[in-house]
Amino acid sequence: MSLLRTVKLRKHFGDTRAVDDVDFTVTEGEFLSLVGSNGAGKTTLVNLISAFLQPDGGQIFLYDQDITFASVYARMRAGIARSFQLVNLFDDMSAFDNVALAIFSRDGKTSKLMRLAERDAEVTEEAVDLLAQFGLEAKRDLPAGELAQGERKLLDVAVAYALRPKLLFLDEPTSGVSTRDKLQIMNTVSAVVRAGNVTAVIIEHDMDVVFRYSDRIVAMHEGRILADGTPDEIRRNEVVATTLLGAPVAS
Amino acid sequence: MARLLANTFDRSLARTLLWLVPLVVVLLLVPQVTDIYQTQLFTYGLVFAIAALGFNLLLGYTGLLSFGHSAYFGLGAYSAAFMVRYLGIGSMELYILGGLLITGAVSAIFGYICVRHTRIFFAILTLALSQVLWTLAYKFFWVTGGTDGIRVPFNQLTLVGGLFEFSARGAYASFMHAYYYYVLFLFLCSVVLMWVIVHSPFGKALQAIRDNETRAQFLGIRIIRYRWLAFLVSGCFTGLAGILWVPLNGLVTPDILYWPFSGEIVFMTLLGGFRNFTGPIVGAVVFNYLKTFAVASTAYWQFMLGFVLLVLVMALPIGLVGAASRLGAWVRVRWGGATSAAKYRERRGGEAT
Amino acid sequence: MDILVIQVLNSIFYASILFLIAAGLSLIFGVMQIVNLAHGSFYALGAYVTAWTIGAAAAAGAPVALLFLLLPAGAVVVAAVGALVEATILRPLYKRREEYQLLATFALLLILEDVMHFIFGGMPLTAGAVIDPLGSMSVMGLRYPVYNLVVIGIGVAAAVFLWAFIYRTKFGVMLRATSQDRRMAAALGLDVRRVYVQAFALGCFMAGLGGAIVVPSQAAVLGMGVESLVLAFVVVVIGGLGSLEGALIGALLVSFVRTAGIQFFPEVELAVLYLIAAAVLLIRPTGLFARTV
Repeated sequence: MSLLRTVKLRKHFGDTRAVDDVDFTVTEGEFLSLVGSNGAGKTTLVNLISAFLQPDGGQIFLYDQDITFASVYARMRAGIARSFQLVNLFDDMSAFDNVALAIFSRDGKTSKLMRLAERDAEVTEEAVDLLAQFGLEAKRDLPAGELAQGERKLLDVAVAYALRPKLLFLDEPTSGVSTRDKLQIMNTVSAVVRAGNVTAVIIEHDMDVVFRYSDRIVAMHEGRILADGTPDEIRRNEVVATTLLGAPVAS
Repeated sequence: MARLLANTFDRSLARTLLWLVPLVVVLLLVPQVTDIYQTQLFTYGLVFAIAALGFNLLLGYTGLLSFGHSAYFGLGAYSAAFMVRYLGIGSMELYILGGLLITGAVSAIFGYICVRHTRIFFAILTLALSQVLWTLAYKFFWVTGGTDGIRVPFNQLTLVGGLFEFSARGAYASFMHAYYYYVLFLFLCSVVLMWVIVHSPFGKALQAIRDNETRAQFLGIRIIRYRWLAFLVSGCFTGLAGILWVPLNGLVTPDILYWPFSGEIVFMTLLGGFRNFTGPIVGAVVFNYLKTFAVASTAYWQFMLGFVLLVLVMALPIGLVGAASRLGAWVRVRWGGATSAAKYRERRGGEAT
Repeated sequence: MDILVIQVLNSIFYASILFLIAAGLSLIFGVMQIVNLAHGSFYALGAYVTAWTIGAAAAAGAPVALLFLLLPAGAVVVAAVGALVEATILRPLYKRREEYQLLATFALLLILEDVMHFIFGGMPLTAGAVIDPLGSMSVMGLRYPVYNLVVIGIGVAAAVFLWAFIYRTKFGVMLRATSQDRRMAAALGLDVRRVYVQAFALGCFMAGLGGAIVVPSQAAVLGMGVESLVLAFVVVVIGGLGSLEGALIGALLVSFVRTAGIQFFPEVELAVLYLIAAAVLLIRPTGLFARTV
């Protein structure tokens, strides 16, 4: 059974069909890239799945559970987590606190008023460990707002990952960083995610990154799925090449 | 790993105790070294500090500005007053118990109404709801004493379950003496309690909600529920302050529920700085002296306070404690020299790009 | 029946005043996203200035017609003060969090209250010289002050004028553009600073006008500003912050409930009002007609 499945998912904004009858599946354990030009519907699709938006039609299933209209909270508890295109952190809290909070929330400990957060050795250890995996342990006490852009991107992923989700959506994890940093970030992210056996779907524009790291690529165009396959298959796909790369593939 | 953690914690604890212990000693000595009037004045300051501490849980830590905290202060005060007038109770402990129950119940209801709303509407709603209480206190004068209020004379009061009572003649001095320590004790308890709360996982969740509501939601934190809980706790702290205020003031009138008093609570907190834990405490004590001085100096004390507030907002938004801590950090970097600068850089983990 | 008509007229009279205050508050919020806690104090200032001006003129023996012309004096002065306040106090705070702006207006309230105390003293001021010459007319067999009807007329005229101003003039367009999207408006070449000071001055003018026209009928007293602010808030909470129709409907609703309340259940009349506001907020969180100006 697939981990995630959408059936004829639809979202309109006025006359525009942002997501047009999409049947999207994600298999457990894979590292999937969602690509397409701007306006193709990638972010809208992710927004629908992560409860940021309500669909106008169709269904979403997590395993066999219908989560089409489930709340953000319910979907988080069911195992979906995401990072955001524009880095979305708790800027006045330290990097450590950002990650620790995700762990507290995951373990249902945020309702505890009467014990000190820093006394929770379990959570502290896990948070420090996680920061180390993402290469951020040296910056743990800095407010998130003071980190460099690349570090913020990594922290953003780390916080979502700290929720130990079943399905992790990363919205353009390398946008806004230099090329050198891009690969460094993706190396870290893919290593951690694969080691943790987390299923990941990343929205990405940089085809270099996409081909290098993905198990599977889903290309969208104008709200519909254009192509779906392994990097090799997609590379050889003429339709994809024309719409996304702008030139016919040399035969 | 755990040892390293324990060491860091103990180091900062040691540093804190360095100034905390002398401060507590000084606080304990206040009635011994000053006259009755100064002790009383300072007690007022401690009471307002508890109110501001509670208020700041909402503002500083959850990011919600309430302009209606006079409601909980006044509820606490009136609860105690009603217990005196209608039940003939003299026990301070019963006032606290009853007052907290009532304040808790009302802040639960008011909180439920208010926390669904965005910042400006939240502020306006809290104001309007506190005014509901004010009009009730004002209009139902046969119950509340109207503008004459209800007297709560100290000589019918008992502390610590009847252990201390003040019905003897000329007992005001001994009352003030005992009451100061009573309030001080509860003040210290409130500070410790609030400190634990803001450093708990719950406190961290509140700060997350303050910093980034969307992300907090995507972390699985139920925004409305947590805000409501913060509202409830906040209301109870301020309610306790109101209960403690009444025997000190001897009288409760609807003025304490009128919305400009809520403004004073905000003023106090801002004066000290709402981004620091100790800000509201310092701000409340300083404001108390400021207002007393202003009222004593001129009939136009509102103008004076308004002017101070304006200067504060425009020139010193981080408040006194905020400014002091920034000054302290600057001094440390400047005077610490090379070692300090190196340590500073090392703490920041090398050059940030 | 005839008492009822008087009550209705009184409600509309009161609603006219409330509308002026609330519309000003709503305008300022709609355009600048500032909740002006000093708004009630501007209303009070308008009342005091007008009362003093008319009192002085009447003592100097001015004819009744002149007294009438002096009625808006309060509003004009308040508008000028508003413009000054905006430029000096509010402008430096726009980049900051809205809590600071709120507190600055609260500071302004404290300052204005004592300024009025200082200038006009602690005794109530009236402008009865304007009411008396108009006399009263017969409404369903009862006497009713003509002045009150004049006030209602002014209220209606103000509503129409404001609506036309916002929706039919060039300045109104600029106002609406700025309130919708400040940065975009600036990018399009709109002088946002000018729009802001003018909007604030206009909002204050409305409050001041409310005070000016109420003062012949109701003396100017210390504390009237603080008291009226809460009612104005109730009006905009019910009607929707930033909405002109909301201010109108809200003012009428609040005024009618208040009049009925004073007549039939005086103890809880204000409490009922606040509870209505809370109820509206529970059902329709942004108020009945909320949208930006």
